[in-house]
Amino acid sequence: MSIIANIENLSIAYGEQTAVQAVSFEIKAGDYIGLAGPNGAGKTSLVRAMLGLEPLSAGKIELFGEDLSVFKQWDKIAYLPQKHHYNPLFPASVIEVVTSGLLSLKAAEAAKLAQPLLAELDLADLSQQLFSRLSGGQQQRVLLARALIRQPQLLILDEPTTALDPQVREKFFALLARANQEGMAIVMVTHDTADIGRYARSLLYLDERLIFAGPFAEFCHSETMKNYFGDFAQHLICHQHDHQHA
Amino acid sequence: MEIINFFQYSFLVRALIAGSLMALLAGVLGVFLVLRKLSLIGDGLAHVSFGAVALGLLFGIYPFYVSVPLTVVAAFFIFRLGDKAKVYGDAIIGIVSAVGVAGGVLIASLANGFNVDLFSYLFGSLLAVSAAELYFLAFLTAVTLGFIVYYYRPLFALAFDEVSARAMGVRVKFLNNVLLVLSALTVAAAVKAVGVMLVSALLILPAASALQVAKNFRQALVTAAIVAVLSVWLGLVAALSFNLPAGASIVMTGFLLFLASLVFKR
Repeated sequence: MSIIANIENLSIAYGEQTAVQAVSFEIKAGDYIGLAGPNGAGKTSLVRAMLGLEPLSAGKIELFGEDLSVFKQWDKIAYLPQKHHYNPLFPASVIEVVTSGLLSLKAAEAAKLAQPLLAELDLADLSQQLFSRLSGGQQQRVLLARALIRQPQLLILDEPTTALDPQVREKFFALLARANQEGMAIVMVTHDTADIGRYARSLLYLDERLIFAGPFAEFCHSETMKNYFGDFAQHLICHQHDHQHA
Repeated sequence: MEIINFFQYSFLVRALIAGSLMALLAGVLGVFLVLRKLSLIGDGLAHVSFGAVALGLLFGIYPFYVSVPLTVVAAFFIFRLGDKAKVYGDAIIGIVSAVGVAGGVLIASLANGFNVDLFSYLFGSLLAVSAAELYFLAFLTAVTLGFIVYYYRPLFALAFDEVSARAMGVRVKFLNNVLLVLSALTVAAAVKAVGVMLVSALLILPAASALQVAKNFRQALVTAAIVAVLSVWLGLVAALSFNLPAGASIVMTGFLLFLASLVFKR
């Protein structure tokens, strides 16, 4: 399978404070990777660095075979950030936000592509609504539609389900699963390790350094997980995972 | 004066055209500034422009030629210092603003002779806009509107969420720099006409009104431009009808339109 991203010996620091240290891994087409770790482990810094949003202290990042410093094919990547930086006064309609994900097409053409996505995410009736008037969960779905309309080869999601209710979460993950089956690589940052067991195929566990990289089942029965989660949480998460994959 | 006689006076027509162009510029650029919480940058740059005018008068250079480059430099200073120094943007604007005025007053005091000329820039005069300044305004308006139309969608992405725009490969730095230069040039051009004290009102009031009623971004830009032009036209009519200062009348009209927008709030 073709390599989408190659991260080699990557370190990120803010002054004296190290966020990520000597991390290496690869992302291949069709991967579905969960990136987890304790608070302040460097998860968000790592994915932001992959998007050119954080300066690297050491190491290198290659995307689609090109060094990040010269990478220009951003239309192959989509990002759903953890925190949205939009202004609540911003007068953007839902359709304007979704089509802003696809700048290579004219607005009308992008709007045509947006319709099935909006329908799938139960947003069809809201397309002319103001984005700022929507609930947190609806806004999150609009931003997912903005990411998916790009038809990216790599989708990076940072804590994507915090504002979603259980029914919408299932729909959200079903959509991701289908996109992944069609070949889209997904990297999902989450503090909910059980979600990774349920939906992703492999896990990167980060605590400044990369503690674990591999299938979730392997992590589940490791001493590393016991050390981080304790016996009870390990049992709960792993039992659920084993039951689901039995 | 009867309105019908208004168009018989070429200087009044020039004032109307200059005011309308300035309103268009300030209206659309103001939306970007207000949404990005940079509303007061107009005020800060206007004060720098005041200092620059004093410098021009001191060296016998036409003030406009000094205020244009210095205002652009000050705009970049405000923007870059926000990234480098551990100071919030509003504090930097306050610093630049105070230094601009203090510089102007110090130069005027040292030169001791052009106080009247300098202080006429505090409140401005639309009727004093020269033909050269009018051509500059027309050029600036064409460039600004062309830029916004051509880059409308990347500008939307940038204004909505700068972080995601960067991750999408939008040329954020280029767009930010151009917006900054256009805003600085607009302020430099507007200072003589509406004055240091009132220039930021032209940038803020129409945008704030538009944001009350607009249902999408395109509507916000168009509404801000219309409100700004209406403020100038109605303000000028009020000024001529009741023998009032034009700049202040324009601002008060803009404020009344803002109050009206609160009634029609979306």
